[in-house]
Amino acid sequence: MNLINFTDKGLCCPQGDFYIDPWKPVDKAIITHAHSDHAYAGHKYYLCHHHTKPLLQLRLGDNNYESVEWGETITMNGVKVSLHPAGHIIGSSQIRVEYKGEVWVISGDYKTEDDGLSGKFEPIKCNTFITESTFGLPIYKWKPQQEIFENIINWISRNKENGKTSVLLAYSLGKAQRVLQHIKDTTQDIYVHGAIWNAHEALLNVGWNLPVVKRITPDTPKEALKGTVVIAPPSADSSPWMKKFHPYSVGVCSGWMQVRGNARRRNVDAGFALSDHADWEGLLQSIKATQAERVFVTHGFQSAFSRYLNEEGIAIAAEVKTEYGSEDEEAPKQEVDETKDEL
Amino acid sequence: MNEQELHNEESIALQSGGLAMFAALVIQISSSTKTNDKLDALAEYFTLADDKDKVWVIAIFSGRRPKRIVSSTLLAEWCTALANIPSWLFLESYSTVGDLGETIALLLPDPVIKDGRGESLSYYLKKFIEIEKQDELVRKQFIIDSWQQMNHAERFVFNKLITGSFRIGVSQKIIVNALTKVVSLSSSVIAHRISGNWDPSTISFNNMLGDEVVDVDHSKPYPFYLAYALEDEPSSLGDPSEWQAEWKWDGIRGQMIKRNNELFVWSRGEELMTEKFPEYIILKDLLPDGIVLDGEIIPAENGKPLPFAALQTRIGRKNITKKQLTEAPISFFVYDLLEYNYEDWRERSLEERRNKMEEILQKINNNSIQLPPVIKFTQWDDLAELRKTSREMNSEGIMLKRKNSIYQVGRKRGDWWKWKIDALTIDCVMIYAQKGAGRRSNLYTAYTFAVKDGDQLIPFTRAYSGLTDKEFAQVDNFVKRNSLEKFGPVRTVKPELVFEIAFEGIAASNRHKSGVALRFPRMSRWRKDKKVDEINTLDDLKAMLNMYGK
Repeated sequence: MNLINFTDKGLCCPQGDFYIDPWKPVDKAIITHAHSDHAYAGHKYYLCHHHTKPLLQLRLGDNNYESVEWGETITMNGVKVSLHPAGHIIGSSQIRVEYKGEVWVISGDYKTEDDGLSGKFEPIKCNTFITESTFGLPIYKWKPQQEIFENIINWISRNKENGKTSVLLAYSLGKAQRVLQHIKDTTQDIYVHGAIWNAHEALLNVGWNLPVVKRITPDTPKEALKGTVVIAPPSADSSPWMKKFHPYSVGVCSGWMQVRGNARRRNVDAGFALSDHADWEGLLQSIKATQAERVFVTHGFQSAFSRYLNEEGIAIAAEVKTEYGSEDEEAPKQEVDETKDEL
Repeated sequence: MNEQELHNEESIALQSGGLAMFAALVIQISSSTKTNDKLDALAEYFTLADDKDKVWVIAIFSGRRPKRIVSSTLLAEWCTALANIPSWLFLESYSTVGDLGETIALLLPDPVIKDGRGESLSYYLKKFIEIEKQDELVRKQFIIDSWQQMNHAERFVFNKLITGSFRIGVSQKIIVNALTKVVSLSSSVIAHRISGNWDPSTISFNNMLGDEVVDVDHSKPYPFYLAYALEDEPSSLGDPSEWQAEWKWDGIRGQMIKRNNELFVWSRGEELMTEKFPEYIILKDLLPDGIVLDGEIIPAENGKPLPFAALQTRIGRKNITKKQLTEAPISFFVYDLLEYNYEDWRERSLEERRNKMEEILQKINNNSIQLPPVIKFTQWDDLAELRKTSREMNSEGIMLKRKNSIYQVGRKRGDWWKWKIDALTIDCVMIYAQKGAGRRSNLYTAYTFAVKDGDQLIPFTRAYSGLTDKEFAQVDNFVKRNSLEKFGPVRTVKPELVFEIAFEGIAASNRHKSGVALRFPRMSRWRKDKKVDEINTLDDLKAMLNMYGK
């Protein structure tokens, strides 16, 4: 019997009697992070990181939550469980599972660059690593974030010169907070969409120190928005809600912007390849650093990525089908998560 | 290539000129859907760029692409080696990006020299011509050296140029309008000057667009006048007596020129096709000198048009066999008269031009050219009745032209309309899917469809247009969740989604398993209301072939 099994409810640890990021209701769920394709409603018990808890409360309402610090060990029926930073969004964690000396690590979603909010991803030594592969092709090579933020800031000041509002499309949980840190000084006021406001408030309430933003309401005067920055979820794109910002320029912050076709399809004015997932090199380096002899590859380019790991002798790899990959960047098309982002 | 970087490079590129400036132009044009933005970007380029580069930009954007100097296969091989990845991973990346030049630009290691060497567009294009015939090793060295000194944007356009695959969404109208801002000629004169047979490596900007014409090119065609589709009822056009009706023929739109006792035949894509149609040689003796005719290159037997498929057997062949000449004899169906006696007739009324055409064509009694009669009608209703017989005469419908209209440049509303018949349709099921290119990269948007034959599904056509972006996203999602097998870039899909395919014509074909080939197939409707067992059969398709394909 494997320590972790892939079942139709999600990743299951039969010995410890718990699931990790299950997509069907279970008794005990360990949650890597608060994106909706990993954190489903309906479980009887949730275990997550301290920073994830308020976000689950915001998205799923009151439940039986227990939260832990990174590195803290909990024992469940002899199985040792601990959480470790994954660097994807605030609170995102890898799950380390150990039983009788055998170690499995489930990455959830992760990125290797430190964004200053999510904690720095640390590779955990293990026998078996379960990795995502959202950007598991060599065409995905991220620029250093500093360079990307410079580009975003230049774009905002160009828009200001032309009397345009800069509408930045960024996922309401994760990307929005990350972008905000870096552009907070570009204009007097930063405005945000209601979905982003809700996440912002939830984080402020538990003591996060975030830049001041203003919520856009039906009463926000049109003139006040002129030349400012508006951060909105991708689902707001081309909706009537945007009319108020006219004249405006739309910029999308997403790893998918690496490929021109995606940017053209979205018909945006500017695409910034800023991702909360590891790029090709990031994935490879992380896997090598875990020293895992076996790797399971989930959502993304799983077949190409696992084939590469096998052929290059990096690990014995196999692809796994999951229900992950429908929120944030894992879905390159906005149609999929329109409802989820509205909160 | 990523957009943010490109946008940032724009400002630097505009100062430095060279290939970087051209790359910035290409990115600006291809990432915008607004005509005005494209126009502004192009006008700015024409204002700032070097004359030599301008000539090349006009050439490249009007389809006068440089010859490819290396095959895509070799280019992919070299990139794969430099990127140090297995070749299947290159293909996997390519199928996701959907564009070879961009895939290579993304996969290449970072440049050795960061700021590039700043050579001009014309430098590279001259170099291409220089090394085109040289040894593969010479070309390889040149390409790799160039890559190592270029940024992403430059690599991208460079790759498009060396593979001869430059296609960009700029109409002739936009190029002409942008040029009106930098040269002192009228738009119709510019349109004419940049048409026809000229070589960007020898002609100068001044020779092409200066105030004085330096030398006369006898082969030069006029820009075509194109009609929009009629969306309303024809009665919206007013008094029927002001309109001339003609059959719309399905061949290749062309222009026939006889000047200086030489004959030239141009396609609408500005390809010189004189040699392809030996039937026309005799017209050099029969047509008066100094004449330009607009018309349709069409297969016809004793004046009666044959289906387009007959012409397809000849297009693209270098040498035409005797058999093809007898089986698909080509005629020129005259639509209009643009020049007579070396005089530009485009500003005269259609009525006057038509009278002159009748006078000229009456004297020529030869199967290789004819002036199809106008359709006589007095009421719009009568014409609607006649239109229903279009398919029987191998016509696509009716053209309506205002009798007092001049011959304009490009696609214009108002005076010329095409009133096409409804397409043929068939219901079928999607069985294979493949990722698209360009703005559809990484999305499954090219599908193969099948009809039923007993228990079997017989593939009969591919289509990749007709759905909205939202529908494509839904089908893409279905494909990703319901694929059965993978053959290279193609996925076999659970046969479940039913579509109505519309097409303009059907012909027998022994290259296809189904035995038929369709003309202009596209998805006209997603039949969510239909199940797989309700689709059409191979027998239905064969019945259509019997009815319309002969």
